[in-house]
Amino acid sequence: MTDMLTPVLTDMWDVEQGWKLAPYESKGGYAALDIAFGMSQDDVITAVKDSGLRGRGGAGFPTGMKWSFIPQDNPRPKYLVVNADESEPGTCKDIPLMMGNPHVLVEGVIISSYAIRANKAFIYIRGEVLHVIRRVQAAVEEAYAAGHLGKNIHGSGYDLDVVVHAGAGAYICGEETALLEGLEGRRGQPRLRPPFPAVAGLYASPTVINNVESIASVPAIVKNGAAWFASMGTEKSKGHGIFSLSGHVQNPGQYEAPLGITLRELLDLAGGIRHGHEIKFWTPGGSSTPLLTAEHLDIPLDFEGVGAVGSMLGTRALQIFDETVCVVRAVLRWTEFYKHESCGKCTPCREGTWWLVQALTRLENGQGTEADLDQLLDQCDNILGRSFCALGDGATSPISSSIEHFRDEYLAHLAHGGCPFDAARSTAWAGTEVSA
Amino acid sequence: MTTTPEKAVEKSDLVTVTIDGVQVSVPKDTLVIRAAEQIGVQIPRFCDHPLLAPAGACRQCLVDVPDAGNGRGFPKPQASCTLPVAEGMVVSTQESSPVADKAQRGVMELLLINHPLDCPVCDKGGECPLQNQAMSNGQGESRFSDDRNRGVKRTFPKPINLSPTVLLDRERCIVCQRCTRFADEIAGDPFIELLERGAQQQIGIAEDAPFLSYFSGNVIQICPVGALTSEQYRFRSRPFDLVSTAGVAEHDACGSAIRIDHRRGKVLRRQSGNDPAVNEEWITDKDRFAFAYAQSEDRLVYPQVRDEDGSLRPASWPEAFAVAARGLAAAKQAGGVGVLTGGRLTVEDAYAYSKFARVALGTNDIDFRARPLSAEEAAFLASSVALTGPGNGGVTYDDLESAAKVVLVGLEPEDEAGAVFLRLRKSVRAGGTEVISLAPYTTRGLAKVSARVVPTVPGEEAAGLDALAPELDAGSVLLVGERLATIPGALSAAAAVAASTGARLAWVPRRAGDRGAVEAGCLPNLLPGGRPTADAGARVDVAAAWGVDVLPETEGRDADAIVAALVTGELGGLVIAGVDPDDTSDPAATRAAIDAAGFVVAFDLRRTDVTDVADVVFPVAPTTDKAGTFVNWEGRVRPWEAALRNPASLPELRALSGIADELAHLGHGSPLGFRTVDEARAEMAQLGPWDGERPRLDTPSPGGSGYSTTLGDGDLVLATWKQSLDNGSLQDGDKYLKATARTPVVLVSRAVHDSHGPTITLTGDRGSMTLPAEIADDLVDGVVWVPSNSVGNGVLADLASPGTTVTIAGGAA
Amino acid sequence: MSTQPIDEKTIAELREIAARYPEPRSGLLPMLHLVQSVQGRVTPEGIEACAAVLDISAAEVSGVATFYTMYKRHGVGDYHVGVCTNTLCAVMGGDEIFARLKEHLDIGNDEVAVQRQGDSKTVSLEHIECNAACDFAPVMMVNWEFMDNQTPESAVQLVESLRAGHEIQSTRGPKLCTFREAERVLAGFPDGLVDEGPTAGPPSLVGLKIARERGWTAPDAPTTPAIEAKESDQ
Repeated sequence: MTDMLTPVLTDMWDVEQGWKLAPYESKGGYAALDIAFGMSQDDVITAVKDSGLRGRGGAGFPTGMKWSFIPQDNPRPKYLVVNADESEPGTCKDIPLMMGNPHVLVEGVIISSYAIRANKAFIYIRGEVLHVIRRVQAAVEEAYAAGHLGKNIHGSGYDLDVVVHAGAGAYICGEETALLEGLEGRRGQPRLRPPFPAVAGLYASPTVINNVESIASVPAIVKNGAAWFASMGTEKSKGHGIFSLSGHVQNPGQYEAPLGITLRELLDLAGGIRHGHEIKFWTPGGSSTPLLTAEHLDIPLDFEGVGAVGSMLGTRALQIFDETVCVVRAVLRWTEFYKHESCGKCTPCREGTWWLVQALTRLENGQGTEADLDQLLDQCDNILGRSFCALGDGATSPISSSIEHFRDEYLAHLAHGGCPFDAARSTAWAGTEVSA
Repeated sequence: MTTTPEKAVEKSDLVTVTIDGVQVSVPKDTLVIRAAEQIGVQIPRFCDHPLLAPAGACRQCLVDVPDAGNGRGFPKPQASCTLPVAEGMVVSTQESSPVADKAQRGVMELLLINHPLDCPVCDKGGECPLQNQAMSNGQGESRFSDDRNRGVKRTFPKPINLSPTVLLDRERCIVCQRCTRFADEIAGDPFIELLERGAQQQIGIAEDAPFLSYFSGNVIQICPVGALTSEQYRFRSRPFDLVSTAGVAEHDACGSAIRIDHRRGKVLRRQSGNDPAVNEEWITDKDRFAFAYAQSEDRLVYPQVRDEDGSLRPASWPEAFAVAARGLAAAKQAGGVGVLTGGRLTVEDAYAYSKFARVALGTNDIDFRARPLSAEEAAFLASSVALTGPGNGGVTYDDLESAAKVVLVGLEPEDEAGAVFLRLRKSVRAGGTEVISLAPYTTRGLAKVSARVVPTVPGEEAAGLDALAPELDAGSVLLVGERLATIPGALSAAAAVAASTGARLAWVPRRAGDRGAVEAGCLPNLLPGGRPTADAGARVDVAAAWGVDVLPETEGRDADAIVAALVTGELGGLVIAGVDPDDTSDPAATRAAIDAAGFVVAFDLRRTDVTDVADVVFPVAPTTDKAGTFVNWEGRVRPWEAALRNPASLPELRALSGIADELAHLGHGSPLGFRTVDEARAEMAQLGPWDGERPRLDTPSPGGSGYSTTLGDGDLVLATWKQSLDNGSLQDGDKYLKATARTPVVLVSRAVHDSHGPTITLTGDRGSMTLPAEIADDLVDGVVWVPSNSVGNGVLADLASPGTTVTIAGGAA
Repeated sequence: MSTQPIDEKTIAELREIAARYPEPRSGLLPMLHLVQSVQGRVTPEGIEACAAVLDISAAEVSGVATFYTMYKRHGVGDYHVGVCTNTLCAVMGGDEIFARLKEHLDIGNDEVAVQRQGDSKTVSLEHIECNAACDFAPVMMVNWEFMDNQTPESAVQLVESLRAGHEIQSTRGPKLCTFREAERVLAGFPDGLVDEGPTAGPPSLVGLKIARERGWTAPDAPTTPAIEAKESDQ
């Protein structure tokens, strides 16, 4: 039986200057490199496959399998691209990871690049996190200076160069082909698939794109073995993952635990919902994952468990909202976000989000009739699965799920002729003002 | 709406799919949207265009795919414009699937929420894919802006100029990216781009960087909504008031198919036709926008004769025929009459001039080349160009696509043959073709076809060709331009290299009528049908067909010799048809010749310096007003019928026939025997091509080629050609088009720019020209480039004679 | 604010950025950051310079420059203040903070506040989307440095301190640099401030702290590395 929390990636975070090479190495950092270099590339891929590691960026695709799709008979160079464009509302794990422990990412990049036979890797970090970019830039520099990067790493004969690339503000670049467009200096609009990036990605060359946490999980898998990793988590969702609690909990923050932990357990660790309030709705993995409610506190937070209740594990971005929060307001704001971030390429997402914002604004203002709710659901039906990429799908998730769970609250807006909630009661300082 | 042409495919490459219950076999990699066309199902679409890379952006063409060919279906509707067929795939379109139908109606509703629905005032109304498909695949009512939901539409300030010719109404745009993809993929001019993001995404240009492309107008035509309009046509007409007539563009030798849209006898716009074998669906802006010249105020609409007081006065056609005949008869007796026909004739009219010269004037003194020329060129045309065509192994557009190498010599396709340029770019982008150019520098056009430039000083093309020969073979194509005429040995070298390597050879002239004039025998050494004048058998052949006893035996004078003979008085008269003296080898000499000629009959569309001094002037019908045929550079026959009925516009063959009749009455020669285009066509068909031996082209003696000019200190060789948009008279009348022409500059090396720039004066044997200088980085040493006809009266009139050098000085003269 | 020209040094740095990549155009995003570090915004001159260095059209550069929200077409303040108003931060008080700052600075979204007499620096204000710091809600960013756990009062105090030219420390980073200095780091030219600030902020550590207290860890690694064992099996 594993412990309830299993710090691996977060283990460096309380170390003084834990972002620097020396403390990282003193805790065994970069030791996994020599183990990896002692293995064949295919054996590294097999180990990652055997570990059961699934993509930590939300979709949960098996990481080792993704690597094995790289056609090694393709004469073009292979590339590894780290998706560090963490922008999904509620998601806040990769940013502290890169700030506190950038070397585990760099070490993961080296092993992963070695496995897929890439000699060039890119870390695409969203631009709006200056200090995180400094930390990763410096980690890469330190790694070069220490011989962990560059030519003939650790005498292995293997060469790798890493470029840290700052994005410039576009949620859509979290979509892997849009990210590639951004990395090629273009507008971040998703590409047609096929060809898939594994076949023709960056510069039309075979490319693996992995989330920060996925790549950062690799060194420990190589060091401790696939079985070690697989000993954590559930049958089909193995290993550790960072769970990010935010919102109306007593102690919001990062909790690294085996997949399959429940929100009830996490809330216990976090001191519960803020005092005097109760949970109303939550997102399991960011705003694009359908909302869940108090009914779902005991589902295992793994890919299957969350999927079984009609949502998605996503990025384990657990945004917790208590009963003071108007779900219509929350959903409207997310919808405005999707409208703002829609890349504009396809009609359903570009025009659909334009319309959804207007429709929801009317409802939040108490205008309309119940028929408008059904119309709203029909609009979602015309967007979901009709868009070019998943952004359009994600835009419909909060709407459809909130109407499913809180239809009465929408109707209450209509009956009330406006929003029946007092936004001031939801703020971080609301309690203090009341008690003062 | 555009569909894909069927092409012959091997059976083994076929994939069988079931669409709406109907099995259809299509070539592998066919997109579902095209496969559906094969069974007559039109899936609605906007971003899709068969000549552009798939985008999958508009999502209008969603279909249900219950079986992807592997027994499993797609859980969500798929865009049929990006989905290739797979063996056994089952597709249900809107015709059979409620899911597909709802998906399409849903997308259509979304497309319309921000569309202004200003169809009654929109140019596209009536021919608008959005309007049409909203009717066929949308719902009548919008839920976005009904009584209950007063949705707020996105608005933009009304239209912005992407260029002087192309305007954009952003509100109407559905950002399908057809225009930006065209600019990037087809034209290679990515000066329009998607800007902004999301609902604010729009097409636009960079600040102070308009969409200046020789092909910009195509984006207007392929825009599936009324977002892109032309300054020229905007608000001028409704599509349903227009009559469309198929035509052939008259601005170059490409033979591009066009559509002429006219109303009440006036052309309102021109669109590209769709001819997969020639210009596909694209035309140059010149082909699209340059037609106002035919409607200009100085258009000649009646014959004129010179009065006793010396002035020109209107005359009836019969009177003009009679006056012309009397004058020509006298001139014939005073030494003879030369015939200069220019490069703009239909092949039927060219045939009429050719026959008129031989049977009515009794001379071979006829030449269509109203430009620098040479005897070597005439020999080359007779031996290597005449009678070649798609049917007998001649190089075609499709051959450009399949060639491993295309070598350009004396030819700048982007300026001189737009459809050739686009086809080369297409084949280069597809990865199969390498373009090699013997050129003085890497032009923008050459850069866009990723050409390997073999740095070549004008005059040294023959040597360059010889040097290139070892890498050429039967998979290579040589395209030679008319500029090679004045470079001794160049055309002969091209023919020799083609013969020795197996490379195929084509001559790409500049003007629409050039190739037809060769076929019609408007040359001193060629009779119609490629028959050598010097060949007795050929003469007998033609004489028999024409029902005359004999034809003049000796080869005639070429254009330069005609000019010279007129100046010296050896020739007594001139028939001149649409020739601008400034285009000729020696403009001053040509003017002097016209002045010296005892009698001049001029044919022209508009009043010119030449018609002002002619003794008889005949108006010429523009291509819209008569049936005709151009033979393009491939040798492909490109006929058309008259778009407009204008009783005052007669084809030249009718006038020539009238004059010939009068001459015959005076005892000179025979009548032409035809009075209509159809009759001329029938006679030409009956005469047919020469099947005898082709004249041989003498191989050049080694070292005997190139310009003989010796370079003095500070002398620079002049490189020059006409830009696509310049001072050409067929571009008159459209100020918007004119504003898109490239600014005339002199191109120099960096060193010359540093020492003489930024303004440079060139001086040659005919005068001086001052222009702003720009640097061409890889310009060959000792060369300067200027556009031939973008300033003043052009290089030949104002600067230097062909093949000579110029000197350079900083600043204005 | 003065606009420095794109001089030869900047052109050289633009080329240096492009040279980091196998294909130069990949450098465009950081290159535009560099343009902002020199000129405070993406100017037509900067667009031209990038286009010239990359040999692409100015329209292509414009298409990119207008796609990404961090590129500003009009100037921002020395300190560009962002308030997260995505759902979670908005609910936790971001809306209130943003409203208070708009009122206090008397500006709308994406505008620069008037530089009053005595102000040594300028500030601009923008509402931003989720910045991946939800456990620190409500979050503000100044020149893309974290200013965690704000209140309307702290936010007003912050902008006033910035305008007065006081040194302000990011809650999880160094003392705030100017917008232009920040953009230079984003262009890939480090400023030496990497070692300022903590390894992690308090909320990042809550789980770890509990684990430390309770002695929870990931399972022990096998004494013989599993993978080596597996290899020797072969």
